[in-house]
Amino acid sequence: MEHWLVPPLKVAIEAGTPLLLASLGELYTERSGVLNLGIEGMMLMGALSGFIVALITGNPWLGLLSAMIVGGLMGALHAFVCISLHANQVISGLALSMLGVGLSGFIGKRFVGIPLKATFGVSPIPLLNKIPILGSILFEHNVIVYISYILAIILWLILHRTKMGIMIKAVGENPAAADAAGVDVYKVRYVCTIFGGVMAGAAGAYLSLAHIPMWVENMTAGRGWIAVAIVVFATWDPLRALLGSYLFGGVEALQYWLQPWGIDPSLLGTLPYIATILVLVIIGSSKRLRRAMSAPSALCKPYIREEKVV
Amino acid sequence: MKGIIRSFLLTPPEKSSLLNIPRGEVVVKMQGITKRFPGVTANDHVDFELRAGEIHALLGENGAGKTTLMNILYGLYRPDEGEIYVGNRRVKIGSPKDAIKLGIAMVHQHFKLIESLTVAENIALCIEEYKFFSHIQDVKKNIGELSEKYGLRIDPDARVWQLSAGEKQRVEILKALIRRAKILILDEPTSVLTPPEKRELFKILRRMAEEGCGIVFITHKLHEVMEVSDRVTVLRKGRVVATLQTSETNPKQLAKLMLGKEIPLRPITHTASLTYKEAPILEVRNLYVLNDRGSLAVKGVSFEVFAGEIFGIAGVSGNGQRELIEAITGLRKVKLGNIILMGEEVTNRTPKDIIERGVAFIPEDRLNMGIAQDLSISENLILKKYRYTPFSGHLFLNLDHINKWVDKLIKEYNIITPSSRLPAGVLSGGNIQRLILARELSGNPKLIVASNPTRGLDVAATNFVRSLLIEQKKRGVAVLLVSEDLEELLMLADRIAVIFEGKFMGVLPTSKADVNRIGLMMAGIEMAKVRS
Repeated sequence: MEHWLVPPLKVAIEAGTPLLLASLGELYTERSGVLNLGIEGMMLMGALSGFIVALITGNPWLGLLSAMIVGGLMGALHAFVCISLHANQVISGLALSMLGVGLSGFIGKRFVGIPLKATFGVSPIPLLNKIPILGSILFEHNVIVYISYILAIILWLILHRTKMGIMIKAVGENPAAADAAGVDVYKVRYVCTIFGGVMAGAAGAYLSLAHIPMWVENMTAGRGWIAVAIVVFATWDPLRALLGSYLFGGVEALQYWLQPWGIDPSLLGTLPYIATILVLVIIGSSKRLRRAMSAPSALCKPYIREEKVV
Repeated sequence: MKGIIRSFLLTPPEKSSLLNIPRGEVVVKMQGITKRFPGVTANDHVDFELRAGEIHALLGENGAGKTTLMNILYGLYRPDEGEIYVGNRRVKIGSPKDAIKLGIAMVHQHFKLIESLTVAENIALCIEEYKFFSHIQDVKKNIGELSEKYGLRIDPDARVWQLSAGEKQRVEILKALIRRAKILILDEPTSVLTPPEKRELFKILRRMAEEGCGIVFITHKLHEVMEVSDRVTVLRKGRVVATLQTSETNPKQLAKLMLGKEIPLRPITHTASLTYKEAPILEVRNLYVLNDRGSLAVKGVSFEVFAGEIFGIAGVSGNGQRELIEAITGLRKVKLGNIILMGEEVTNRTPKDIIERGVAFIPEDRLNMGIAQDLSISENLILKKYRYTPFSGHLFLNLDHINKWVDKLIKEYNIITPSSRLPAGVLSGGNIQRLILARELSGNPKLIVASNPTRGLDVAATNFVRSLLIEQKKRGVAVLLVSEDLEELLMLADRIAVIFEGKFMGVLPTSKADVNRIGLMMAGIEMAKVRS
């Protein structure tokens, strides 16, 4: 018999995976000093292009790949506008979000409601799924979920244990100092921003190829915004982002269980944002936490080498 | 495996040719360097040469183009004209990364360190050879070896924001040492150091020079040139005036070269006849103030400043001066005690209220506290006035009046700028200070609170600031002057208080003050125990 804990936690992971993928990417983007509020739009474009390619080719992997490319291209556009042209990151991000919503709705009209056969189905990992309780919670999912586990750990390692991580953090904290230390600030920011787009695209593909294998207009339903919130909630740390994603994934799943009891799902939908504000309040109230966990100092600030006039 | 990584770590790339250059040979030659910024030529066909094993001072006033020239060598700026040779090879330096590859290191005046990272992480960042896994342990070991060899004490696990200015500089020098820089540029390195730290720095630089490193030492202090350099190149208004052997010159000659003419310090007359009978403009009673870390920085200070008086506060920085000043200007909460301005209690009032009562503030941190860097010069000049007539009506700014007024101030205070619409942050230090003075003093203040108003300024700007303060004092304004420059206080102040660990060691009239006596008080000995 299944333990009573298994179904809710399993669903939390399932629903949390797109949040995790998107927030891991956004986390790296923000660590390098670029805010990308276009996640929602990038996820939608990823979901749609993944769906179309998988539908045509019959191969979900090609779908995933094309979603990542589309996300990466949108990330590159954001990078170009914000990094090379020094434009306002908030405005560029919001514009990309709206662009993604509109464009995917327009292109996707013909694909609404078509069932998809080429999906990422559940493939339990042999032996590991026999571990009592944990086995079925963690190891009875589709492949992308497993990849996301590994990715979270690798991204944590890179950020905290490698020179690349120091470079990214340096660029996000003090680009002038990083520049003087010989780090190519623009390159690091470009790579991180494009990576963020790729991850958002993958998160979208997870939705349309595994989670709900079809195309529905606006199917991300605000998950891109939750991913941005998770980055803050996780105080820019990949492993805490993992925790946050599953927590908020669980909240999402909870909506369906609590609805029959008369609890409005919109009310539950506000929980991630309330939790994020709470985290900000807690960090803000302690000087030590602020030093250790606050946002990258150069977030949202374009870098231009100083030039004195007089 | 670790051994391989370590050997990687310490082998410099492609700069082995530089390593072999014997002492005395030319390592850097800059020829005909010209750099223009909008409205100004910062470097005008500058020739500069650095030899291996020498300490070469680059002397000049602020704005003479010293930092610009070195920023070009370090790849931060690109020259409009001119050629650079490093080790006899013509090079193009497009970014600091290129400079680092050529064996050039630069310690900037404002340190380029990432505050939230540790010392070891900051150093790992600059090690080119170290590709991926940062093996912080190896970096730490290297830091340990080098700091022992050169006597640079530093905790590799400390976060940079926890370090003092002197320690941060050590980290910057370690960065140069660890990548075996062959050319080291230091931009005004002594401005943040205490005298013992300065001696230590000079010792390290000597040692590095003996090992064959070519060192460029940017400064505007003549005695430092005499003390530490082998050769000196003097810049004035973007041009090289002379390159001399230090042993064959003297401070007087250098000053003349640097300034173009001799500017005598104006003789100052002290108001000997101050009677202190009228009510004081500022009265501080038994004041207690906390610092950022929440411990007491000002511990029971009381004093009065009268109209027509400059009241000086001497002391080594970090003894509560900042907190005291911020409390008086309303920027910091007072824990206990009273601040009375012209007979009215203003303790813990808002800065706006205090400004409206006629208090002008010349902060120490010009760039961040004195101006809004991204706002234009003209917007900065009306920052304290825009909300009053005739600068604005009920709804709109009165631009006609503002422009006229701004032009007048720019002329009157000699702010050198091509346009009043430029962001104030692009001005040089001296011009920023002129802007701040123009804004603060044009409001006809009753009390001026000034904190190290001449720090980092060249002789001309320093004289300008000092004469303005004296002029204000003669007009009957009360001036509270905090300065780490004792000579400045002896020159300007009517009375000098010495602060140590948040307490006044004593207050004495300048006529009875001498350097030794104040020096002892600055070290924490109370006036009563100091025999003159």
